[in-house]
Amino acid sequence: MLKIIRLSLLLIVLCGIVYPVAMTGLAQTIFPSQADGSLVKNSDGKVVGSELIGQNYKSPQYFQGRVSSIENNGASTGSNNYAPSNEDMLKRTEDSIKVLQKENPELDKKDIPLDLITNSGSGLDPHISVRAAEFQAERVSEKTGIKKEELLAMIKDSTTNRSLGIFGEPHVNVLELNMKVQDVME
Amino acid sequence: MGVLQMVIVILLLLLIVKPLGSYIYHVFSNKSNKTDKVFAGIEKIIYSISGIKERPGMTWKKYTMSLLLTNIVLVAVGYVILRLQKWLPLNPSQIDNMESTLSFNTIVSFMTNTNLQHYSGETGLSYFSQMSVIMMMMFTSAVTGIIVAIAFIRGITSKGATIGNFFEDFVKGHTRLLIPMAVVVTLVLVGLKVPQTLDGTIQITTLEGEKQEIATGPVASLVSIKHLGTNGGGFFGVNSAHPFENPSPLTNVIEILSMWCIPAALTYTYGRFAKNQKQGWVIFGAMAILFIAFLSLIYISESNGNPAMNAIGLSSEQGSMEGKEVRFGMAQSALFSTVTTAATTGTVNNMHDTLTPLGGITPLSLMMLNTVFGGDGVGLVNMLMYAIIGVFICGLMVGRTPEFLGRKIEPREMKLITIALLAHPLIILGPTALAFMTELGKGAISNPGFHGISQVLYEYTSAAANNGSGFEGLGDNTPFWNISTGLVMLLGRYVSIIALLAVAGSLVKKQPVPETIGTFRTDNILFVGILVGAVLIIGALTFLPVMALGPIAEYLSIR
Repeated sequence: MLKIIRLSLLLIVLCGIVYPVAMTGLAQTIFPSQADGSLVKNSDGKVVGSELIGQNYKSPQYFQGRVSSIENNGASTGSNNYAPSNEDMLKRTEDSIKVLQKENPELDKKDIPLDLITNSGSGLDPHISVRAAEFQAERVSEKTGIKKEELLAMIKDSTTNRSLGIFGEPHVNVLELNMKVQDVME
Repeated sequence: MGVLQMVIVILLLLLIVKPLGSYIYHVFSNKSNKTDKVFAGIEKIIYSISGIKERPGMTWKKYTMSLLLTNIVLVAVGYVILRLQKWLPLNPSQIDNMESTLSFNTIVSFMTNTNLQHYSGETGLSYFSQMSVIMMMMFTSAVTGIIVAIAFIRGITSKGATIGNFFEDFVKGHTRLLIPMAVVVTLVLVGLKVPQTLDGTIQITTLEGEKQEIATGPVASLVSIKHLGTNGGGFFGVNSAHPFENPSPLTNVIEILSMWCIPAALTYTYGRFAKNQKQGWVIFGAMAILFIAFLSLIYISESNGNPAMNAIGLSSEQGSMEGKEVRFGMAQSALFSTVTTAATTGTVNNMHDTLTPLGGITPLSLMMLNTVFGGDGVGLVNMLMYAIIGVFICGLMVGRTPEFLGRKIEPREMKLITIALLAHPLIILGPTALAFMTELGKGAISNPGFHGISQVLYEYTSAAANNGSGFEGLGDNTPFWNISTGLVMLLGRYVSIIALLAVAGSLVKKQPVPETIGTFRTDNILFVGILVGAVLIIGALTFLPVMALGPIAEYLSIR
C-alpha cells in the first residue's frame, strides 16, 4: 500500500507539475508569440486583439463575423447549443435574414452565406468564409468609400487557404481584414 | 475535396499503426530492447523513490487490486485539490473552491478517462487544478486503460499464472509512451499557435473600442495529452472548437491522429503478442469497416444541411454550419466527431447538440457500441470480448466447444463476458428512464421535443462509454446529474475492467488445445464479417428502440 501511495504522489508531481511547467518554459523560449496567444498589434503598436479570437463589430463599416450568443466574450465560451429542430434557432435565423434583406431588398435567400447567420461552435470563431466576406464588400464599400475592388483585394490578402492545400476550408480572418479597412480610413 | 481530406487522414493513420504498434509491443514485452537505454535510468529512480524493489509477475487478482488502489489514491488526492483550489498556488483568476457534488463528478470523470465536464474550465478551475488534477489524470487514466489491454493480451496469449507486474507496466506506460509523445505534440501545437502560458486572462481594447477579456493558460500541454490519452476534457468549455485549442485545420488533423493512433496501433501490438499479425489486422479491419460506415452517415447528413433551414429557402451548399467553425468545414468536423466518439475521447471541434438528427446518430451509436477503436486500451479489450462472443456463437452453431487462440472458452469466461456486455446497456438505459421519471432529470433539457430525449440519452451513453462529449445544451451541473453520471462512469469503467481481467486470469491458466483441421479460424476475412455482425446485431437489438424515440423521430419531424 505504501508503494502505491508513494508512486501515486510521484506521478502527480511528474505529470501534474513538472510536465506542464517544463512545457511552459520550453514553449515560452521557442515560440514566445504563439505561446502568449498570438496577439495582434495595430500600426501604433497597441494590442487590439488575438488573431485567433473573434470580436464584435457593431458598426456597418466593418466586416461582420459569425453569430455569437456570448458576444465574443473571450473570458468564457459557448453557444446556445440549438438543436436542428429548435424553434428559437429558426427564429434567430429568420431575424438575421430580415436584417440582411433590409440592407438589400432584392436579396435572394439562396445567396446568403450560411456561416454569416449561424452561431459558431466556440462563439469565438475569428473567421468567415470567402463568400461571406465578398458578400459584405458592397456594404462596406458604401459605408467607408473604399472601392469595392480594393476591398476584394484586401479579402484575398486576409484569406488563409486550406492547410497544406488539402485540409479544412479557405477562411478569411475578420480582425485582420477590418484592420486593413481601418488603416485605409485613417 | 471533402472526401479526399478524410481519406488522406485515414491513410496517415494506416502509416502510423505498424511502427507505433511494434513500439508498444517492445515497451511491454519485458524483453530487453533498445528503449531500455533511454528510459531505464529514469525508471530506476522512480522505482527507488516509490520503494518498488522487485517486480514479479502478478496474478490477475493482485494486478487488478493494485490498479484499483492506485486509482483510489489518485482520486482522493485530486478531490482534495479541487475542494481547496482557492487557497492553493497558481490561481491568477481567483477561482473559488469547487462544490462537492461537482468535484465528485469531475474527479470520477477524469479518473475513468471519461472527461465529462459539468464545469467550464476557464471559470471553474485554477491553473494548479488544471495541471495537478486534470493533466495528471489524463496521463494516469490513459495508462491505466493501456495496461489493462496489455495485461488482457498477455492473459490470452501466454501461459502460466501471471499477467505481468502492475507497477512496471504503469511506470513504463508513462515514461516510454505517453510522456514522450505528449512532449512532442505539445511543442508542435505551440508552434502552430496553441497558447502555453501561466499568465492570467488577457484584457484587450478591441478595434471598436470595446473591452474584451481573453482566457488563456497552459493550453497546449493539456490539449496534447487530452488527445493522446483519449481523454477529451477541454481546457476551455467548448473544447477543441475553441480557436486556442485548435487554431487551424492542420492542428485539427494532428489532434485527430493523436487520439486515434494508440487505439488503432494496439491492434497491431495484439498481433505481435499473438505471434500472428493477421489476428491483429482482423480486429483492425472490423473496426475500420464500422468506422467508415458511421463516418459516411455523418458526413453525408451534415453536408446536406439542416432540413429545417433548407425548408426556409436557404442554400445548403456549405452544409449545416450551426455550431461549426468556418476553418474546419464539413469534412474536418464530421471526421473529428466520428473519431472522438469511436476512440471514446470526447473532445469536440463542433457542438454535437447542433448536429443534424441523422448526423447525431453517428456519435451516439459509436459510443453505444464502444468497440470501434475505443479508448486507449479498453477499446481493444472490448473488441476482443466481441471476438470471444463471435467464436462462442459460431461454436454453438456447429456444436463444438468454442476456442480462441487455442484456449477453450468455457462457462466461467462466458459468464464474466456476459456481465461486461450487459452492464453497458443497463447503465445507459436504466438511468435514462429514471431521469425522465423525475423533474430533476427532465428540468435539465434545453431543446424541446424529440431532441430532448436525445440529450438525456447522449449524456448517459457518453458517461457509460467513458467518452465525455455531450449534447451540451443539457443543464447538467446539478447534484442529480453530477451524482448519477458519476456513478454511471464508475460502473462503466470498472465493471468491465474487473470482469475482463478475470477472463484473462482464467484463460492464462488453460492448457492450449492443438490446432486441427476442425479449428475455427479467427485470422481470416470470414471472421472480420462475424465480428462486424456480432457488434452490429447485439448493438441494434439493444439500442434501436431508444434511437427511434430520439434522433430518428426528430428527423421524421423536420424532414
